[in-house]
Amino acid sequence: MQDFLEFTSISKGYPGVQALSDVSFSVRKGAVHGLMGENGAGKSTLIRVLSGDQAADTGEIRIDGRPQHYRSVRDAFDAGVIVIHQELQLVPELTVAENLWLGRFPGRAGVIDRRQLIRVVSERLAEIGIDVDPGAKVASLSIGERQMVEIAKAVMLDARVIALDEPTSSLSSRESEILFSLIDRLRSNGTVILYVSHRLDEIFRLCDSLTVLRDGRLAAHHPDVSKVTRDQIIAEMVGREISNIWGWRARPLGDARLTVEGVSGAALPHPISFTARSGEILGFFGLIGAGRSEMARLLYGADSRRQGTVLVDGVAVRADSPPHSIRAGIVLCPEDRKFDGIVHGRSIEENMAISSRRHFSRFGILDRGKEAELAERFIAKLRVRTPSRHQDIVNLSGGNQQKVILGRWLSEEGIKVLLIDEPTRGIDVGAKSEIYEILYELAAQGMAIVVISSELPEVMGIADRILVMCEGLIAAEVAREDFDEHRILTAALPDASGTKAPISEQVR
Amino acid sequence: MTTSLKKLLLGEQGLVVIFAAAFLVVSLTVPNFLTERNMLGLLQSVVTIGLVACTMMFCLASRDFDLSVGSTVAFSGMVAVMASNATGSIVLGLLAALACGTAVGMANGVVIARFRINALITTLATMQIVRGFALIASDGRAVGINDPVFYQLSLSKFLSVPTPIWVMAFFFVVFGFLLNRTVFGKNTLAIGGNPEASRLAGVDVARMRIWIFALQGLVCAVAGILLASRITSGQPNAATGLELSVISACVLGGVSLAGGRATMTGVVVGVLIMGIAENVMNLLNIQAFYQYVVRGLILLIAVLLDNLRSVAGRPRG
Repeated sequence: MQDFLEFTSISKGYPGVQALSDVSFSVRKGAVHGLMGENGAGKSTLIRVLSGDQAADTGEIRIDGRPQHYRSVRDAFDAGVIVIHQELQLVPELTVAENLWLGRFPGRAGVIDRRQLIRVVSERLAEIGIDVDPGAKVASLSIGERQMVEIAKAVMLDARVIALDEPTSSLSSRESEILFSLIDRLRSNGTVILYVSHRLDEIFRLCDSLTVLRDGRLAAHHPDVSKVTRDQIIAEMVGREISNIWGWRARPLGDARLTVEGVSGAALPHPISFTARSGEILGFFGLIGAGRSEMARLLYGADSRRQGTVLVDGVAVRADSPPHSIRAGIVLCPEDRKFDGIVHGRSIEENMAISSRRHFSRFGILDRGKEAELAERFIAKLRVRTPSRHQDIVNLSGGNQQKVILGRWLSEEGIKVLLIDEPTRGIDVGAKSEIYEILYELAAQGMAIVVISSELPEVMGIADRILVMCEGLIAAEVAREDFDEHRILTAALPDASGTKAPISEQVR
Repeated sequence: MTTSLKKLLLGEQGLVVIFAAAFLVVSLTVPNFLTERNMLGLLQSVVTIGLVACTMMFCLASRDFDLSVGSTVAFSGMVAVMASNATGSIVLGLLAALACGTAVGMANGVVIARFRINALITTLATMQIVRGFALIASDGRAVGINDPVFYQLSLSKFLSVPTPIWVMAFFFVVFGFLLNRTVFGKNTLAIGGNPEASRLAGVDVARMRIWIFALQGLVCAVAGILLASRITSGQPNAATGLELSVISACVLGGVSLAGGRATMTGVVVGVLIMGIAENVMNLLNIQAFYQYVVRGLILLIAVLLDNLRSVAGRPRG
């Protein structure tokens, strides 16, 4: 089969960074091509160059043998290249059909032909097998459905090349499966799909061929994904062998650190009870919507509790609002770093000191020397990669932002319980291992760590014990020696009958 | 534009550079501008805007908004005069004014932070309510000051500079310190940067917002007292449109309406630019009607400049 999409010696530099240097590879017609690499490896830049958003300094893109010289996203559209970004670009208050026609509504003299609007969209949606009501408002759709609409838009525009940037990052596994089968259908139609992802499972599930970027260069090109191994890809991404990214090791466990008795709230109506011991990493696994994050927010007092008691070291604490919880030694690294974690536009130093500065500020006046020292100490200790502590946190990669948020809590010193929700979402492999190491170290110092994750390999990789949540209840408890993917997933999936018996009361 | 010039104008200190250049040009070209008399007059004329801009900066930096400042200035000035006349004690009058101003701000804060009503709507309402109070209390007429000592608040001088200018300078220093060197200031900027993240990081966001509005009310009262002293009466229609001038000055000074970004030097420069523009137009005998157009243009240019600056500084990668 011939090469349909070709990159030849693409280079692109920004002031101070060479984002891409001399990248060449090609993709066959009708292939799903994976694009992998750590954050900062150049994936986003390559996608931007492909989308016409930014021009390459040197090099050429050919589509179907013809060199492309587009100057704008519009030119790329016309050449049949559509990029679907993580942040979807749909108008929530318009219907699916209206969104698909946006910019070129059918009709005469500005009056929209509503029948044609709906009819064509229904046809096209049926053709590619997307089950969404064309008349529904986009705002009423789930994220997964919106993604489908976005892809449908690309198909409506007769896209020959569709690039998907981390499409499953906010999808449940069921939604992901639907997306995958849609991608399979597009592949059989001859569309070239460029698939950017951090998730190896997806790459193996979907992709025919694969390119790995590292530091802006081509690290590896695999024309046939079935001939490579996981470890090989990881090694190519990080440039070194990482045989076991989890690095779990046994730790002595102490007494009960965190005891939760019958806690419930608006988002988690059934009372939840469990215990985490000193030195323990307790994993919480469940599908999206199972109530894991809601549970963590209730324990931290981010949302108000209806009933129940939280005990730290056997003593009931008033953990009903973030300031109280912090004083009681319970802290939360939230699921959505961008919206709930980082303070935009402020420096690393300020993001770290935001809570702990109350310990060394006198009469509300800052001790800038102490804050600087604290920031430097945790930047070094947690190995935050940054030119200086004054750097705006927005400019850091996901892994480094997570480290800064960890630093925010570690600088509090009296922390006994760390709740960490999706510790490595959107974080590349190398930084993941570093985050895990930090968690092990904290556990070894006697903290109780509650890790919430929707990635089963991660929970199984790092937890000492797993509680499986399903529909707002703790559905199973599994000790490390009994970890079994099948068993845990089964417990996480809702029963068809809906009569799964809660075991919350037995977990003590 | 050459790169270095671009860097200078769009950099951190761009506004200060532009201000210095403008000041130099005006000093050289406009007769009677750079005289002691005119300079003091200019500074006197921006006292009200300057004082209120200090706290408006905090308000905007925490992603809030306050339209009620003009009414609060008028109302507290009125209270100061009427309470002084009624009790015969200026001290009591001033305390009453400060208390009333703070109360208005506190009410704004509680409605906005606790009941989660949009700040624009809330202060649009209080702007009218408080203006109404001022009109009702005075029956719509100006109330003269009985005790001439009250005049001394604005007439007295220290080192041959009028007291209100010293007060303004003092506030600039205090609020600059408050913004940069205190937990209060840092929390204000953090709330503006990301309110939910700040709340989850242990900042009591609701209480902070109430304090910021209360402080705004207090400073409005100070401005109202000095204004009443200067115009020798309590005027129910004083300081109309002040909110727009103050917000303009802040925006000119680089305070982001999206929150999280503010500097005291920027606001000082913003206030001075507003003052100089008006002063120069007066010196050149430009009709007052044109001054609105010029003020609007200055604001637009400042915002465009700010936009250029954030585009130039946008991270890539």
